[in-house]
Amino acid sequence: MMRSLLLIGAAAVALSAWDAQADPAQHGPDPDLPEPQRGLLPTMKIPRPAGWGDERPIVPQGYRIEAIATDLMIPRQTLVLPNGDILVAEGSGGGAPALRPKDIIANFIKALGKSPVKGGNRLTLLRDADGDGTYEAQGVFADNLNAPYGLAFANDAIYVANQDALVRFDYADGQTQASGPPELVTELPSAINHHWTKALTASPDGRFLYVGIGSNSNITERGMDAEVDRAVVWQVDAETGRHKRFATGLRNPTALAIQPGTDQLWAVVNERDEIGPDLVPDYLTSVQEGGFYGWPYSYWGQNVDPRAQPQDPAKVEAAIRPDYGLGSHVAALGLAFSSPVMGAEFAEGVFVGEHGSWNRSDPSGYKVIFVPFQDGKPAGEPVDFVTGFLTADGDNTRGRPVGVTVDPRGALIVADDLANTVWRVSVDRPQPAAALEPDGSQSLQ
Amino acid sequence: MVVLSASDPLRPVHPLHAILLAFPLPLFLGALVSDLAYRATFHVQWANFSAWLITGGLLVGAFAVLWALINLFRSHSGHRKRPAVYFIVLLVMWVLSFINALVHAKDAWATMPEGLYLSATTVLLALVAAWIGYAGFRTGEVE
Repeated sequence: MMRSLLLIGAAAVALSAWDAQADPAQHGPDPDLPEPQRGLLPTMKIPRPAGWGDERPIVPQGYRIEAIATDLMIPRQTLVLPNGDILVAEGSGGGAPALRPKDIIANFIKALGKSPVKGGNRLTLLRDADGDGTYEAQGVFADNLNAPYGLAFANDAIYVANQDALVRFDYADGQTQASGPPELVTELPSAINHHWTKALTASPDGRFLYVGIGSNSNITERGMDAEVDRAVVWQVDAETGRHKRFATGLRNPTALAIQPGTDQLWAVVNERDEIGPDLVPDYLTSVQEGGFYGWPYSYWGQNVDPRAQPQDPAKVEAAIRPDYGLGSHVAALGLAFSSPVMGAEFAEGVFVGEHGSWNRSDPSGYKVIFVPFQDGKPAGEPVDFVTGFLTADGDNTRGRPVGVTVDPRGALIVADDLANTVWRVSVDRPQPAAALEPDGSQSLQ
Repeated sequence: MVVLSASDPLRPVHPLHAILLAFPLPLFLGALVSDLAYRATFHVQWANFSAWLITGGLLVGAFAVLWALINLFRSHSGHRKRPAVYFIVLLVMWVLSFINALVHAKDAWATMPEGLYLSATTVLLALVAAWIGYAGFRTGEVE
């Protein structure tokens, strides 16, 4: 009896040690890519929803976090307007028909980790008139939208990427309600809509809008025909609504942002599932015009995915390696460039909201990270910025981060589509001079 | 006591048993043909057909397996060979089909080639099971 217990113990230790070793380094430009593997069942763990109680997400020292809006209807992305008002896109799209018995079971399992609330199909406006960090006014800016997700402000207008169309609301400073139904800019690919979210950002001059359109499947299991104009970033002429494919092969580009200074387009992209807990890393990348990023034929450059048939060796050859790995299955859904208002340590880089994994026994993501940049490029390991969503045992999660937006007043706005909350992480107080090292860099203390 | 003899005439299985047993062979055969079509065309709809056909064969086939098991228990000792073979063939067919359903739940070409091989094997087993079953059983082999 004792001996078998010891054996089990030793096996458990060996297994956990193996686990620790097996966790590959997947952050940065050159992530470890293990061999693809898939048992009879994909590895799954869905942390079940739990309430926050008295707890709050954890932020670095010198920062504070407050819920500025609660009881929303599936908040996804946010937009800070010129007067400081915050718009929140609330909605839940998709509803692609189940094609196989698997889809019915998988949809049921994944729903266990989501909020039961119905998507609001609306934009909520939050206002903090006196600048004290409390958003005392909250109202509906527009409703009757169709799963709005991406938001952008340009040309004195608010652009909204619904799951089936890009629309525009004219906007005058201080407006709290849209003056009417929106104007159609262009329709967006929406047949099936397996990955329904439409990411959005505007070029600095307002001439172009960039729309991220996700693939219609994990890895072409709905057929190649369903993937026409999917897994792409469109460049839409704001004036005429005409579009062209700006970049392709991006499986699910869930958030887009323009880098200040360089005007370069960046994206976070969710990569494919079901070939192992450590494949394929989701990524952050600058998006090159005309670039092809691999999906479905290959991942991380030239790593062929034989599940996509017929293969296309020429496409594999042309596939661009993304700039920066974020780790497998983290489900990056938010992207925002930082600025010095966020404090010295977080002044240059991007914030990334990670909704969290399902296709892993050890959950990944479920936090907001900061990827530091140097000379305009990602440099170094990511830093946790907002954590504490997942409980210590990983069995429950109190929230799931989606969109992140930098408020020029010195805060990061985080939408949480499980807790139906918008969080605001602000710099607690000006950094005292004593906290600075003699060379001017910030002390770690 | 009934006198049992190997020369007793073969009796057909119960009509409901026969109906249940009628499902696995054509459905699994359909899955095999769909797999072959998928392999030839890469049209993923064939893989979807396979997944549903296998599921159908599994659902109804489960009751045929159950019936065969009950038959086995009700057969008389010394006359269990055919009912046992019948049950085992059906059971192995069902287990392999279940694995085949999981394989067919993989995405796109990931079902290949294991799915095709499993489909072929289960067709063969369904054929053997149907052959034994429809040949009928002797009095002592079933109640």
